[in-house]
Amino acid sequence: MADYTIKVRRYQPESGEPAYWEEFNVELDPSLSVLDGLLQAKDRDDGSLAVRCSCRAAICGSCGMKINGKSGLGCQTQIGEAQEQADKMAAIGGKTAAEASSPVGALADNAGVHTGGGTATATNAPIVIEPMGNMPVIKDLVTDMESTHWTKIRRVTPWLLPHGEPPEREYIVEPESMVDITQSMACIQCGACVSSCLSMEADPLFIGPAALAKAYRFVGDPRDAETTERLTDLAHDPHGIYDCTHCFSCVDACPKGVAPMDQIMRLRRKAGENGIEDPNSGHSHEMAFVNIIEKKGTLDESLLLQESFAPGVLGKLMPTKRAIKEMIGSLPTAVRGIKTGKMRSLPKLIPGVHHKLPGGAQDEVKAIYKHAEEHNEEFNLYIKGEEGDAEAAVEERLEPDSADYLPTAGEKEA
Amino acid sequence: MPSHDVLVIGAGLAGQRAALAAAEQGVSVGIVSKVHPVRSHSNAAQGGINAALNPDDTWESHAFDTVKGSDYLGDQDAIEIMAREAPEEILHMEHLGVTFHRNEEGKLGTRAFGGASAARTYYVADITGQAIMHVLYEQLMKYSEQITRYEEWFSSSLAIDENGECCGVVTRNVADGSMELFQAKSVILATGGSGQIWKPTTNALICTGDGIAMAYRVGAKLMDMEMIQYHPTTLAGKGFLITEGARGEGALLLNKNGERFMEKYAPNKMELASRDVVSRAEQTEINEGRGFPDGTVALDITVVPKKRIHEALREIVLVGRDFAGVDITREPIHIKPGNHYTMGGVKTDVEGRTDIPGLYAAGEVACVSVHGGNRLGANSLLDTLIFGKHSGRDAAARALRTDWSKPSGKVLEDEQAMIDDISGREKGSGRRVSEIKLELGQTMDAKVAVFRDEAGITEALETVRRLKEEAKTAYIDDHGSIFNQDLLGAIELGYMLDVAECSCIGALERKESRGAQYRTDYPERNDEEWLKHINLEKTEDGPEISYSEVTITQWQPEARTY
Repeated sequence: MADYTIKVRRYQPESGEPAYWEEFNVELDPSLSVLDGLLQAKDRDDGSLAVRCSCRAAICGSCGMKINGKSGLGCQTQIGEAQEQADKMAAIGGKTAAEASSPVGALADNAGVHTGGGTATATNAPIVIEPMGNMPVIKDLVTDMESTHWTKIRRVTPWLLPHGEPPEREYIVEPESMVDITQSMACIQCGACVSSCLSMEADPLFIGPAALAKAYRFVGDPRDAETTERLTDLAHDPHGIYDCTHCFSCVDACPKGVAPMDQIMRLRRKAGENGIEDPNSGHSHEMAFVNIIEKKGTLDESLLLQESFAPGVLGKLMPTKRAIKEMIGSLPTAVRGIKTGKMRSLPKLIPGVHHKLPGGAQDEVKAIYKHAEEHNEEFNLYIKGEEGDAEAAVEERLEPDSADYLPTAGEKEA
Repeated sequence: MPSHDVLVIGAGLAGQRAALAAAEQGVSVGIVSKVHPVRSHSNAAQGGINAALNPDDTWESHAFDTVKGSDYLGDQDAIEIMAREAPEEILHMEHLGVTFHRNEEGKLGTRAFGGASAARTYYVADITGQAIMHVLYEQLMKYSEQITRYEEWFSSSLAIDENGECCGVVTRNVADGSMELFQAKSVILATGGSGQIWKPTTNALICTGDGIAMAYRVGAKLMDMEMIQYHPTTLAGKGFLITEGARGEGALLLNKNGERFMEKYAPNKMELASRDVVSRAEQTEINEGRGFPDGTVALDITVVPKKRIHEALREIVLVGRDFAGVDITREPIHIKPGNHYTMGGVKTDVEGRTDIPGLYAAGEVACVSVHGGNRLGANSLLDTLIFGKHSGRDAAARALRTDWSKPSGKVLEDEQAMIDDISGREKGSGRRVSEIKLELGQTMDAKVAVFRDEAGITEALETVRRLKEEAKTAYIDDHGSIFNQDLLGAIELGYMLDVAECSCIGALERKESRGAQYRTDYPERNDEEWLKHINLEKTEDGPEISYSEVTITQWQPEARTY
């Protein structure tokens, strides 16, 4: 048993008051969950504390919330671990996780609505609990998932579309294909990825990680007959698969290892493989990064726009109308970049001035590319296992042919 | 007033399957659920779903295993229907998109499960219930024009017309607290079990026996309420489930001396005997001092190849890691029997019809009875789908030949008065709802569990009756309309206490040991006197006991060994 202070961002819509923070003191075993802590507070202190929950075992997906600023499930986060994290954040930032994680934190604290336990110190900082992000709050930790999450799920035509009548018995499919999409079937629709999505914060219309992972569940399903239509739809939507910025937040937040971003990348790859026209230039934008880094080792930002809209020599000699339009359209962004100091140095402004990496470093980059191409494997938890094992497996694979691509110090000097 | 030909209450597997089956008949369907449908507890079914689909397997074999598993208390006509229709239903689910595990030929592959004479359990890793339920929800979204979803609407009372037929249900929109009488020609209860009466339990917090209590309160008969399954492998203290699939994949049960104790209790089937048998064996080891100090025995999954664990038991890897701090691929995990499943429930026929015309029940809320005294693993998902389908079809057929009718009483006003009463209680006027729930759960787990006797059950019954009185003055903190979970919790407590009373009465009445009911004071099965169902009907003075015959078609009761 240990004592904890949980600091909950509360909102009681019928009170007429804005959101406020309230601290509860709870006493429970460190191995129990943050949700157990909340339920204890609800049972003992205040039954009006609203939180959706049901299974307590990370399978129903009800208790999505932010704990110390990080989106996840209340039932899956041990309260002892949450305490360590809160202490760590307080020690680093010299402030509570609430202030660090959310501007609302600071505001509500200033409003002075603050009750309950002792003051926060670096060694026993309160565990900060907030409703999920990117969704309207209904009451306390209960968010409106219907208007956000579920509306987006329905956007991707979330049901199987096979051709014709089903076979007499089961569809015969590759065993691996079912294991593959079982990773996205493992999604419990908790919304943690949506809550953490930085792209959706910038573009609320972004279809988002959960819905796109759901889309991959059908695109990757050999029984579905509308693969091309689905991919075209998602590639053409300006808020579709190319709206993701690769930030990994959703991978980090997902309690079930669905790795939504990976599913989005698979959708992109399949769209590319299927030669789906891409009016958002998302695919060529991605390829621009790949090609520039392969050549120069680091990003030559002055080339990025040209490569994205008018890729290759041919693209530049005979730019399409759209490319010209897009390039002109991008000028204000470039100007803003210069004005705000993001693009100040010469190499960032003038194409071609950007330096290659010194010494053998550029060769190392090329070796990594080569390795990636040769080991074109999917990372799938159902096949590869958990992190520790995956790392071990990767090491195993690297060792035998490591000399192939990692130049030793001696070679470098030579 | 919203009205639908068929109204389904509860949106787990049984409810969603019933809604789809009813919609296929061309009637208008509404499905009401107190949580979002994908939060329903069918999610928690990990291991799989049984069907004699392989050419070298037979439905008769599946049916016999189920009959034997039920300790001959299951109704064999219903069991035959379930086993016969299972293969077609699995294929239907596959066609809708369930990502069932495939063998090397790309066909559906199976795993072994407890109490079964063939490997006939079809599965999606160890998230089978979740995978099927999410696919059914996909279908609900697809057919949204035929099926109206009422997500997060809490049902509190069934409406009965002047002919004694069910004609709707009173519900509360959780989001804003508004109350509605939903009118219907047929109502299907699919609200699941009542595991929350026990603490700990593998059941979700929402499993509070709502449908069982609502049906009981309007006069429907309940059946075999004493039959409560304790699952052999749950985490101590927290009650989390470790799938039977783990033992199906080869995991062993060991006592503190490292002995594979199932050799003594079920020399042939070993770890894969029926759940009641394995749970009793474990509890005996623990009671006789061969368990670990935390009151557990060990489940050793390390004998299963690592690659297979990651592919087939990944959820258990996560449960071990997140909730027990154990890497199951490297060390055994401590487990014990824990409350898991309500075999009893609202008495229905094979079409899901209860004693009240117009009222149906399917899934864990119902007692058809296909599970009798003990449910086989991977038969619960099957039960939900088969009898969900039957209920949906029959409810639709009834709706097509029935006129609209009105409740005989003022149900909506009565409900509002009930809520006003709860809301109006002064803080400190009685006990907190949560305190009563805790005492109920601990009492039931101590007295009405794996081993039972008259003194213990009587004590539990007295406690339940005292708690029923205390619940009348229990107070809540939240007096608002929006998302008032506090109020719903108080209503749920009422359901739980009604159901708990019935479980105690049934356990006290059945003076024999059969399936999950093991009476230390009556340790033998007694077919002469007790090969019959115990029915309970509500009266002013509590549940009134009556009996009904067990339907036997081709399998006469015989001694049950594994």
